[in-house]
Amino acid sequence: MSVMLDGKEGMEYMVMGNEAIVRGALEAGLKVASGYPGTPSSEIIERLSDVAKDAGIYVEWSVNEKVAAEVAAAASFAQLRSLASMKQVGVNVASDFLLHLAITGTRGGMVLVTCEDPAAHSSSNEGDSRGYARMMEFPLLEPGDFQEAKDMTKWAFEFSEEIGNLVMVRSVTRLSHASGNVKFGPLPRTEAQAEYRFSGAFLDPVAGPMISTGFGHRIQQEKLKKVREIFEDSPFNTYQGPDEPELLIITCSVGNLYCKEAIKALGIEDRVGLLKMGTTWPLPPNLIKKYLLMTDEILIIEEILPFLEDNVKVLAAEMVQEIGAKKFYGKHAGQIPSFGELSADLVIQSLADLLDLGYETVAQEYTDKASAAAFARAPQRELTFCPGCPHRASFWAIHNALELDGRQGFVCGDIGCYSLAALPTGFSTAKTGHAMGSGAGVASGFAKLRQFGMDQPVLAVCGDSTFFHAAIPALVNAVHHQADFTLIVLDNSGTAMTGFQSHPGLNINAMKDEVPALDIPAICQAMGARVEVRDPFDLEETQKTLNELMEYTEGTKVLVLKQACALSPEKKRVKSYNMQINEENCIGQDCGCNRLCTRIFRCPGLIWDEVKKVARIDEVICAGCGVCADICPAGAIVREEA
Amino acid sequence: MENGKLSKDPYNLIITGVGGQGNVLASRILGNMMVRQGCHVTIGETFGATQRGGSVMSNLRISEISAWSPQIPKGQADMIVALEPTEAIRLLGKYGHPEIKVLTNTRAIHSVGVIAGELKYPSLNEIKEPLQELTGEVWLVDATEEAMKLGNPILSNTIMLGALAGTGVIPMQRDHFKEVMSETMGQDRLEINLKAYDLGAELIKH
Repeated sequence: MSVMLDGKEGMEYMVMGNEAIVRGALEAGLKVASGYPGTPSSEIIERLSDVAKDAGIYVEWSVNEKVAAEVAAAASFAQLRSLASMKQVGVNVASDFLLHLAITGTRGGMVLVTCEDPAAHSSSNEGDSRGYARMMEFPLLEPGDFQEAKDMTKWAFEFSEEIGNLVMVRSVTRLSHASGNVKFGPLPRTEAQAEYRFSGAFLDPVAGPMISTGFGHRIQQEKLKKVREIFEDSPFNTYQGPDEPELLIITCSVGNLYCKEAIKALGIEDRVGLLKMGTTWPLPPNLIKKYLLMTDEILIIEEILPFLEDNVKVLAAEMVQEIGAKKFYGKHAGQIPSFGELSADLVIQSLADLLDLGYETVAQEYTDKASAAAFARAPQRELTFCPGCPHRASFWAIHNALELDGRQGFVCGDIGCYSLAALPTGFSTAKTGHAMGSGAGVASGFAKLRQFGMDQPVLAVCGDSTFFHAAIPALVNAVHHQADFTLIVLDNSGTAMTGFQSHPGLNINAMKDEVPALDIPAICQAMGARVEVRDPFDLEETQKTLNELMEYTEGTKVLVLKQACALSPEKKRVKSYNMQINEENCIGQDCGCNRLCTRIFRCPGLIWDEVKKVARIDEVICAGCGVCADICPAGAIVREEA
Repeated sequence: MENGKLSKDPYNLIITGVGGQGNVLASRILGNMMVRQGCHVTIGETFGATQRGGSVMSNLRISEISAWSPQIPKGQADMIVALEPTEAIRLLGKYGHPEIKVLTNTRAIHSVGVIAGELKYPSLNEIKEPLQELTGEVWLVDATEEAMKLGNPILSNTIMLGALAGTGVIPMQRDHFKEVMSETMGQDRLEINLKAYDLGAELIKH
């Protein structure tokens, strides 16, 4: 049973923001959905793929975000409603296509859902994609709560059809990955016939070919004009507060929830007005004017970039003769930070400062005491590879191979669980880290610096999903230019970081159909790279191979380290080995290793017993991969087939 | 307290633990139970990065009146349910106040810093001391040990939910637990989870 499909009209369910978006899309009669996994967006395509067959829709995990946008656009061109979903960094990847799509326009309603990560909880940056809506000139909607996430998504499809252009719906972590009550609407039962019409005139928006040209820009401007008019009366823009507030707050997205909470906490319902904008680009000028006329003091509250703030200020400048001079507070004036995410606390603080109110919920003495207790009694938890993670073994071998090589070799990293290779859990081996596939591209660049005297061995890592997403072009470039480096593909059989979404290396797709799997070593071989495949759990062979590859200087080399993720469906809670410590053999600090297993290898499945002075296996945590048995010089860690 | 009202509105509850312990699932189950009770529930949580071994937390705002923001403001948690004991202590500085209540599993999960010998993990007494001093009421249960007796350590978060029901701080109904669980898992796993839930409630009574 899936509440997404079986949830009844008129009933309230507690769902995640991402699920609210899914339900909205289903209520709109969505037919095609595509995306590339990335936190906090992944559940959108996941939930849609769960119901794909029952709902009669097509869902795929595309190889990357640009392709996802293209796949969804094709459906729209054939008059079906479609959705592409991605996280903020994915929009950068898709942007190349989206800029052209904004020019050709769309036919069936097409929605781009971006889920962004203020504070970069699970991202390598906290990029704000809203600028793309302005730059590419398509409308932007930002839901302000869970109910709106559903309702707005549903409407976005109709709206896209009305204006013939892509519509962006932007969520953030605290909406996508938060849950709340949502009242469901009806699910339509529609039959759809896909047909791409291309025989009309060249610029005919409904019957001509979809080809991006410079001429389209004028048409796009007309569409934007229409969008502004529609937004003037949008029910997604709401106002709460007195007719003549001392201070007007303008906010969007989850800022709405924090502002409501802050106003209540401070008891200033009669003093402050709250204008929540759901249609944030382009802003409807008359609506903004109406509220700016209410007061001269305005505080703009939003996450990451001052996007709403800047756009409101442009409108205020244009209408200054009608509305007079205004005092703006927000990111530029320093009341709201320009980085990180918002919280009710931050908004309470800003409002308390601006309105000169005191606010303290807990005595400072208590907070000081509790903070001191946390410092003394709650040891920090740094991020680590999971117990049984093949990456710990891979980086152990890589680290040791580099040490043995002794020429200051280094690893160029990229995005995935293995980004942790920059931290002690990966023995601090990764020394660069940027976008998906950038390890391979940056390494190929370093490798061409030999003529300038660079003699350090260069390694790069990428995961299996990343290999298909963005490493392939970098590898093509490297092989063609004979760049001397080794790309290590950390193949753990899934897009593990985001929850095992399928990718082209697997023989299953998003809808659980059997599909052809692409063979990574064969692809690399066909490109002309020297290719080796090893099991990273075989530490000795892996290290030996790496040392050989670092010695080999004729062109690009690929080492595929293949071992499934410890959390993969086939491995989760299945132990290959039962691990034990032979306490007589473990001589701990007296051993020459000075307890290498817990001090350096640091698998959370191993614990140091302070009393007995021996290593211990934590049976609750140990995943039974057996690798630590090969670490111990005293042979005290024993593995037994499970 | 079955069919009872919330003692405070919104009731702010935190479920905390270490990545991999099932924190997110536990918060969803509790949230869904409270929705069946007729409440508005907002849950804020962060997950998705390689949080294995990292501290994780879910904020639950339970209200009979309206929806609330997904983050509990400073000093305003009413109850902390900790799947790992030092995680409860960690949160008191930000969310605590003298009347806050804490229910915690006593089973330690050592962080890598502790495993490596760079940090020290406190003894059970060193854990109890600040919890008793800084809160209004504390319940300590060895849920992991009990879960292993039932055959699977992952049942410890169900035991913790049962224990939470046993404390009576919020109105939870066993039938709602059964309903929510039966929608997400097969009959075979439902039985053992019900047993774990009941066991948790028993642990608080004794």
